[in-house]
Amino acid sequence: MDTFIHLASWLCLLLGCCFCMIGGVGLLRLPDFYSRIHGGGVTDTLGAGLVITGLMLQGGLTLTTAKLAMILLFLLLTSPVATHAIARAAQHSGLKPQVADAAA
Amino acid sequence: MQTSSLRRTLSLFILLFLTWLVWSGFYTSLLLGLGGLSCLFVVLLSRRMDIIDPEGHPNHLFFGLLTYIPWLAWETIKANIDISWRIIQPSLPIAPRVIRIKTSQKTHLGQVIYANSITLTPGTVSVEVEEGEITVHALTNEAADELLEGSMDRRVTRLEGER
Amino acid sequence: MFIAAMLGVLVTMLLALVRALKGPTVYDRVLAVNMFGTKTVLLLAVIGFLTGRPDFLDLSLVYVLINFIGTIAILKFVEFGSIGSNEEEARA
Repeated sequence: MDTFIHLASWLCLLLGCCFCMIGGVGLLRLPDFYSRIHGGGVTDTLGAGLVITGLMLQGGLTLTTAKLAMILLFLLLTSPVATHAIARAAQHSGLKPQVADAAA
Repeated sequence: MQTSSLRRTLSLFILLFLTWLVWSGFYTSLLLGLGGLSCLFVVLLSRRMDIIDPEGHPNHLFFGLLTYIPWLAWETIKANIDISWRIIQPSLPIAPRVIRIKTSQKTHLGQVIYANSITLTPGTVSVEVEEGEITVHALTNEAADELLEGSMDRRVTRLEGER
Repeated sequence: MFIAAMLGVLVTMLLALVRALKGPTVYDRVLAVNMFGTKTVLLLAVIGFLTGRPDFLDLSLVYVLINFIGTIAILKFVEFGSIGSNEEEARA
């Protein structure tokens, strides 16, 4: 059982890091500001979620795990608000999103 | 009206004290007493500021959230995998779109939950929130179509309706 | 294992930093800095486990909130040119 939890936590941490890096690559690769937001979104949700889940599995049933859960809760509560604020500010400043053709 | 306000105040106090217990980690009578006092102080301040209302402390949503959060988490995971796969492909198969969707929530709280759920799901970001309408930037046609189909809207409305 | 996780997070931070330096608009930079802050939270949590000192979790807990307030403050400054006054006043 112990080995299983250890393996699961390994997997979560590794996958979380992969998603974080993919999000980072997305932040660099995507063509315009509005699509870059989506790259950042990947790291904020699944990347952070998996890394913290991996750490929670390491922590076991202790106060540490409760604190990690709080961190995840706050991350998931604040990140969409911040993202929305950035997108809204960009739109109000007159930055136009690049839009693909409807047929594409 | 009075009892629901009292219940809300009490649940706020319990929530604050639980937070204290989790973050402090020292369980001596002095620190517990100080914690209880500060929680009481905060609750009194909140009552005076009149922010213990359904918007400031939405405890009526608790049971609805128990089913909504797992559903949202699963949707988020699916969308995450889709967007990640699109990012790492060399051809970058994206089709950014801006769509406007109608919302059917009755309260501002419900609309905020809906807009935040949209932003939390990768592939869609709520750019502008107005009364009864949200402007969304979608990275792919699939993500946009899924939103236009409206299952998330219905779920949030149902969550908000549970009292 | 924690070192691998730490390296992964650090690489992501580097990518965000590159975007923050490249721009081109100020909102790209704010977005990148916001993401940098989120990754700092993860990095602090991982460091706490790596060094066996769970006290770092408190720091990362505080950093989540500071990061959020910081992003909103920067946006407000960019949008209205001032942090303190209200919107109408700044627009006039």
